[in-house]
Amino acid sequence: MNKRLPSALFALTLLTTAACTPAPKENKVAAPGASVSGTVELWHFFTEREADAIDQVIKDFESTHPNIKVTVKSGQDDSKVTQAIGAGNGPDIGLSYSTDIVGKFCSSGAWVDLTPYITRDKVDLNQLNATTRSYTEFGGKRCAMPFLADAYGMFYNKDLFAKAGIAGPPKTLDELTEDAKKLTVRNPDGSLKTVGFLPLYDFYENAAAHLAPAVGAKWLTDDGKSAVGSDPAWKTLLTWQKNLVDWYGYDKLTKFKAGLGDEFSADNAFQKGQVAINIDAEYRLAFLKDQSPNLKYGVAPLPAADPARYGGGYVTGNIMGISKNAKNPEAAWELIKYLTTDDAAVTKLAGLIKNVPTTTKSIADPTLNADADFKAFIDIFNNPNSSTTPPSASGPAYQETFGQFLVNYQAGKVKDLDAGLADADKKVNSVMQLGG
Amino acid sequence: MSAIRLRRSLTTLSFLAPALIGIAVFFVYPLISAVYFSFTKFDLLSVPQWVGLDNYKRMADDPFLLQSVRNTLWMVVVFVPARIVGAIGLSMLLTQLRRGAGFFRTVFYLPALVPPVAATIAFVYLLKPGTGPVDHFLEKIGISGPLWFNSPTWAKPSLVLLGLWAIGDLMVIFLAAVLGVPESLYEAASLDGANAWHKFRSITLPSIQPVILFAAVTGVIYTLQYFDQAAVAGSIASGQATVGAGISQSFGYPEGSTFTYPLWLYTVGFRYNALGYANALAIALFVVALSVTVILMRRAKAFSGEES
Repeated sequence: MNKRLPSALFALTLLTTAACTPAPKENKVAAPGASVSGTVELWHFFTEREADAIDQVIKDFESTHPNIKVTVKSGQDDSKVTQAIGAGNGPDIGLSYSTDIVGKFCSSGAWVDLTPYITRDKVDLNQLNATTRSYTEFGGKRCAMPFLADAYGMFYNKDLFAKAGIAGPPKTLDELTEDAKKLTVRNPDGSLKTVGFLPLYDFYENAAAHLAPAVGAKWLTDDGKSAVGSDPAWKTLLTWQKNLVDWYGYDKLTKFKAGLGDEFSADNAFQKGQVAINIDAEYRLAFLKDQSPNLKYGVAPLPAADPARYGGGYVTGNIMGISKNAKNPEAAWELIKYLTTDDAAVTKLAGLIKNVPTTTKSIADPTLNADADFKAFIDIFNNPNSSTTPPSASGPAYQETFGQFLVNYQAGKVKDLDAGLADADKKVNSVMQLGG
Repeated sequence: MSAIRLRRSLTTLSFLAPALIGIAVFFVYPLISAVYFSFTKFDLLSVPQWVGLDNYKRMADDPFLLQSVRNTLWMVVVFVPARIVGAIGLSMLLTQLRRGAGFFRTVFYLPALVPPVAATIAFVYLLKPGTGPVDHFLEKIGISGPLWFNSPTWAKPSLVLLGLWAIGDLMVIFLAAVLGVPESLYEAASLDGANAWHKFRSITLPSIQPVILFAAVTGVIYTLQYFDQAAVAGSIASGQATVGAGISQSFGYPEGSTFTYPLWLYTVGFRYNALGYANALAIALFVVALSVTVILMRRAKAFSGEES
């Protein structure tokens, strides 16, 4: 009898574990015109100034929707939202900072398909920027809506440009190389004092995703497999970057980089004038205003390999969705609809949080466009050459796996680029299988 | 008679109950659940699907497993012995002090009280190339310091240095053990003409062997699960520490040199949402930790001659 006890306990635990796993729940949409009321819970990741901005717009929503009360929980990251949904206690609405979760949340049904709500309320999705539309759906299922966006471009130091005799920002990768060399200052011992452009992939915002629009490189093939080995654009980007790294000397660049301050601190290398050209997004404008008000800088689109591609950049953004176990999905949709498609609300949020707006009218808002630097990012956002990273069921696995290869390549550990890219393809495909 | 026996059993069980419930809820249940989930495809968001041994077979093709295992093994082979040797050395020195022993014991123990994340952040800034105080000091004595946490060669040794700095927890255990060695043994050895090294090798070491075994077993288990310091050091040294966006993007910085097995396990489970495979990785780690513990215990018994 005693010998059977452990086996019985094991079986009981297995049954309990299996039984405790949440089962899918069908989501029913109310009839058109049905009144919506009650409490809705919103979890977002913002803190401090940005969280205050959300609160302001939520107050506006509550004043126009008096029957709906919104409970806001700030500082909630994706893993907390995932665990809460998995445990059956997900918030009505989750607001994520990353488009990387769209693939998993759509395919697993963790966020419900919003199409029935969109169809019922006749919401015109064409008012949303095309890139943001693409990163908020996966596998034909629209489970998210874009909540503001980030556009990546190039910041350059005007004083250093003038000192080096450079008239304006580079428009091609070749011009970027040329300017980077002119702007670079070395110490008497050969070490780097000021760097024109720091090309290492693991420096600040130089991730491959942010540089890919410069060459129009594709991440995935139409059947969802890795394209890094087959798309020649990657080879163009990698070769250009490696040539510039080799001109500086990888060891010298690494040493220089090691002494720089943290990206999100007042010691940011661009803000301190240690780096003359930097890849960054529109949110840097707020940091510059706050931490480096005396820095003379300009903003421009990312230089492109082909001049015809100039004007674009990397686009990403925050996303919102309704949990499959939302207690009040109708009220949740009302709030999402307000925050993502109401032009006045989107414009106000963009102005307060200093992110790019996503609807046609808010994009054209004269107040937001009055700031020339901010307008430059709105233009990048609207440019047809801008691109994003495609959603995947395994999240950012394909980007991070390729990122590992790039780090090894720039360090000189990959001798044969073609063979290396082919191997990277295999690794990316292998890791992507984790998503199913 | 049987009623008395039953009563005694119930009394015993009632006293054991809090501990048994704790073990069942916080160890047995999670362990059995992990075993179950390791045979499933599970993303925390949908119903697990039974996939048999697929997750275990996947390990053979995992492109990051070997790198993470290699880094973890390096840490086990270097970090554990370094901390044990360091703790024994420090405790031996402290027992020799005639004055101020209490003060120095406190000073050497204090770093162990600092939370690991805070200690790691402080350590990365102390060793920051160019601007860190350690680099300034080295420059003054004519030494060009390495890139520490920014160098793939020096990143793991820098983590070992961090572990040695916070050696106080191990030091107090060895200090108690060394102080517990009977003075009469040293006196007898002195009469026989033994020098300090002979006394250490023939008296101190054998006397504190159970403590060394304890330190080795707990050290190996701890190092196999080495996560916090590697994650934080990579994030801070890469200059990309952010609030909100998570830190797993900088795991392994620089060049994958600090990418330990638990970091890969975390990435698979919570960044790629492949909880089934992550559980398989966790079970593999558990089996390795258990095997190493059993082997260490058996070797120790063989050395001490308990089996004979």
